Amino acid sequence: MEADLIFDDDAIGYSFAYLDEMTKRMIRRAILKAVAVPGYQVPFGSREMPLPPGWGTGGLQVTASILGRDDVLKVIDQGADDTTNAISIRQFFAKVADVVTTERTGEATIIQTRHRIPERALTEDQIIVFQVPNPEPLRRFIPEEAVARKIHAFGRYGVMYVRLYEDISRLGYVAMSADYPVIVNGRYLASPSPIPKFDNPKLHRSRALAIFGAGRERRIHAIPPFTDVNSLDFVDHPFTVQHFETCCSVCGAQDSYLDEILLDDRGTRAFVCSDTAYCAEQRDKRIDA
Amino acid sequence: MKPRGREVLRVKRLFKTFGSVPACRAVSFSLRQGEVLGIVGESGSGKSTLLRCLAGRIQPDDGTVLIASDDYVVDLWAMDEASREQFVPTTVSLIHQNPRDGLRLEISAGGNIAEPLMAAGGRHYGSLRATALEWLEKVDIDGRRIDDLPEVFSGGMQQRLQIARGLATHPRLVLMDEPTGGLDVSVQAKLLDLLRSLVLELGIAVVVVTHDIGVARLLADRLMVMQRGRVIEEGLTDQVLDDPHHPYTQLLVSSVLHV
Repeated sequence: MEADLIFDDDAIGYSFAYLDEMTKRMIRRAILKAVAVPGYQVPFGSREMPLPPGWGTGGLQVTASILGRDDVLKVIDQGADDTTNAISIRQFFAKVADVVTTERTGEATIIQTRHRIPERALTEDQIIVFQVPNPEPLRRFIPEEAVARKIHAFGRYGVMYVRLYEDISRLGYVAMSADYPVIVNGRYLASPSPIPKFDNPKLHRSRALAIFGAGRERRIHAIPPFTDVNSLDFVDHPFTVQHFETCCSVCGAQDSYLDEILLDDRGTRAFVCSDTAYCAEQRDKRIDA
Repeated sequence: MKPRGREVLRVKRLFKTFGSVPACRAVSFSLRQGEVLGIVGESGSGKSTLLRCLAGRIQPDDGTVLIASDDYVVDLWAMDEASREQFVPTTVSLIHQNPRDGLRLEISAGGNIAEPLMAAGGRHYGSLRATALEWLEKVDIDGRRIDDLPEVFSGGMQQRLQIARGLATHPRLVLMDEPTGGLDVSVQAKLLDLLRSLVLELGIAVVVVTHDIGVARLLADRLMVMQRGRVIEEGLTDQVLDDPHHPYTQLLVSSVLHV
């Protein structure tokens, strides 16, 4: 913290990590509250960022608030380090905070992500920051914010099971494949952001702190390390994750979340790891062996 | 005469005004298990307001609403909102005049019956499904229509579905606001038959608000006549309808058309 304050503002014309110190303090307070009440959506004063809302302004503000000079930052978008959004956010922090960035999951201390959790298990000295478009899992059923807050306060989440019931009665399975709602710490219903449900089990008793920032909706929620995170299900229809018939065609991994890629206009397709860093790691291992 | 159970509901000097308009003035009554109380009166006499005060929807200005649960009695408007929200859905069920107010039209018939059960903690799909089927059968809806949306149901079917949804949680107290309003007479007759047999079978306490004297005569054991927020006459249904004392009740009874 002290190191932030003695940072020479004049050198680049910004406060350290772009946001001014008072804003960062406000956001840190929201984060502390979110950590203290796992899964509860804490309102915060979202700032204008040099990025359109919906592109990760929430995650950006959380990262800016927790970033220190010694941190190593990794940014992923849909699992990949080399997509436009990931590159520009990484470059942004390299410029305004002068932090070291990396593509290796194991080296990072802060990982900002959109739509994925890295395949490599996170550790207790890492923080994962999610960009969240819609933090309110009840929104699809309860349009009124005041009503939704009461439902959270009273913990009456029966309405969420209607969706599950309807899917099972119509299709035989729950059709939500991403942004699958979870109960955090046995209390609050929370949206895990649009990660595939494949990643939901990684949140359960994760060693890393998870912070979710929704810039446009002005909410922050968090899952502290080692917290129970249960995906909604019925006793006789337990929660399951996606299963892939094939392995990654680049690295051969069988345990990762795969993206389908069309190779030509005749329908030839391949499956590759969506987590590019994990894919590279597996490939290197195979070459070494 | 049906056997009467223990007291389920006791209302003491209930007052509610909207601005300068009084809707309920010193309404008091009590209701036992297995008993059906009819409330009749013209539009604007405060019937529906009274029902909403009993259902935990509108807070009365004064008076108490006591509801007996399994082994304790709660004062509905003295407890905090969180406890009330917990208590009401499992104990009291409100059947609306318009089924569209009481149903979720965008979810299936089965989902509509299962929703209050899931809200009460039901987490077993198979048993939710079985309960939904059982209730569809009870209200005379073909089980094959369990996955249809209520939107495609006829008005009478929607009302029966609403009743199934309202009763599936086994409430102790059922409040019906004009349950047969807006239905044609033959459908009304069937619905009344259904309600009567369900009330007998389940032994629940029912308050039924209606402006239809025929409905009151068929369903209610006791009758309360309201006018401008006051209870002006009450007694056994036959007694009130055959020998009305208050001029307004006399007017009400005499204005029924005989075919």
